[in-house]
Amino acid sequence: MTTLPLRIFEGQALNYTQVWRASVFSNFLNPVLYLTAMGIGLGSLVDRNPSAEFGGLDYLVWLAPGLLAATGMQSGAGEGSFPIMAGLKWIKTFPAIMNTPVSVTDLLVGLLSWIGVRLIMICTIFAGVLVIFDAADIGRALLAIFPAVLTGLAFAAPMAAFTSWIEDDTGLTMVFRFGIVPLFLFSGTFFPIEQLPDLLEGLAYATPLFHGVELTRAAALGIESALPVWQHVTYLVVLFAIGARLAQRNLTKKLRP
Amino acid sequence: MNESLVTARGLTKRFDDLTAVDGVDFDIQRGEVFGFLGPNGAGKSSIMRMIGATSPITAGTLTVFGLDPYADGREIRSRLGVVPQENMLDEELRVRDNLYIYGRYFSLPRKVINERIEDLLAFAHLEDKRTAKVEHLSGGMKRRLTIARALINEPELILLDEPTTGLDPQARHILWDRLYRLKQQGSTLIITTHYMDEAEQLCDRLVVMDQGRIVAEGSPRSLIEEHSHREVLELRFPVGTQESALLKLDGLAPRQETLADRVLLYVDDADRALAEVSARGLQAESAVVRRSTLEDVFLRLTGRSLVE
Repeated sequence: MTTLPLRIFEGQALNYTQVWRASVFSNFLNPVLYLTAMGIGLGSLVDRNPSAEFGGLDYLVWLAPGLLAATGMQSGAGEGSFPIMAGLKWIKTFPAIMNTPVSVTDLLVGLLSWIGVRLIMICTIFAGVLVIFDAADIGRALLAIFPAVLTGLAFAAPMAAFTSWIEDDTGLTMVFRFGIVPLFLFSGTFFPIEQLPDLLEGLAYATPLFHGVELTRAAALGIESALPVWQHVTYLVVLFAIGARLAQRNLTKKLRP
Repeated sequence: MNESLVTARGLTKRFDDLTAVDGVDFDIQRGEVFGFLGPNGAGKSSIMRMIGATSPITAGTLTVFGLDPYADGREIRSRLGVVPQENMLDEELRVRDNLYIYGRYFSLPRKVINERIEDLLAFAHLEDKRTAKVEHLSGGMKRRLTIARALINEPELILLDEPTTGLDPQARHILWDRLYRLKQQGSTLIITTHYMDEAEQLCDRLVVMDQGRIVAEGSPRSLIEEHSHREVLELRFPVGTQESALLKLDGLAPRQETLADRVLLYVDDADRALAEVSARGLQAESAVVRRSTLEDVFLRLTGRSLVE
């Protein structure tokens, strides 16, 4: 067993020390802004028209875990893309690391572990905001961190695979514009997917964020998820595993030509 | 006693339909400075990456420290110091942190790294820059930092890919001085370069490469003796008159190269040749007498010049 992935983790953490203040601040500000605008602003209108669709809950309470899962997705996709592109092409830390005893697998394991820790940080801050907004009690807010982190990892690994496959960052912009943003809007984050036309509703079931939202909402609110928990979890774990395997293959092609 | 650190037989590297390295043989001994001299695209960097165990070989055999780079890549890399063609420093980190984290990738303990960092900063003349961000360093400083980084694991063999390309003359001389020190400490160095002066200054032995093949091998002096004459007379004629001048030069030198802008006469005594040119009534715009260099060897062997 090699400890080299830990060294990669240490390197990522060293880089993070350069930016941690701004990073933590934006990780806090982001949920505050969303919950204020959507939860309180929009929610006050929604709540005038009580609907069984939200299980008798305030819109803010119903929305908040969905946003937590969506934040996991966006953070995971972000951490799995631009930092990888920087390491491969912009700053070229990865090719430099390849001249040390570190292997491609060590590198990938270290990177994904670091992304996992970053996701825990981001989702924990979000969970804190949930409590501040009285959208969940502390115990449930903490429990909701796990599915949100899993959602993030399920996006981070495939994004890392994609990023190490493409040659430049135009592909990344496309993925965010035509992949991440529609998922964010139509995966049950802002409204139940039953509100969608049947065809789109079926499509929503197939998207990974839907499973993340269902799990996170079930954890935060103590309600039933659409499918059994193990099915949602399996979907996300399989996505992560496929992504990690492809990332290893693509990174090897790039870094061991 | 000779101990071979790197041995290659029929070493080949192909990328899809491009053959970058085409069946080369060489042996590199402990304690020597070995050079790969050739123009861009000759296959030098591909050889370096294969020796560095970061790029698998396509065919032939290659051993480094007697080990197989494919099976024992981790072990080989732990004993190598690599100065890549591009610095690949972490520009957002401080000078010191670049050395520190690189040492960690070799699993060195913090204490050991911190001791070595002081020595390496002194070696690289970067003591005053330890807390500067790399992005604020000059090109020469970044190059020296890259060399310092390659030494963090006290390597047995140091690979330098185009160590001074892109640097101004003063920065190059500082760098050569540092590399000379490593040589005097008994380090084994492998250098690729397309600068003949660099190869002449630093290398005990070198191979001349062209289009993936080795076209000559030896010490700089022996290569010049074998493939060129002692001296060169470079003549430049007024525009449009080189053609007619060539007729009058006929038979003057044992070997003659005609370039677009000048004529090179390879002779044993260039001063005497210059006198003969005047005696034949030729008026050169400029005449330079110099010793033969590896550039002339390369021109002789390939018909092209090193830097195009």
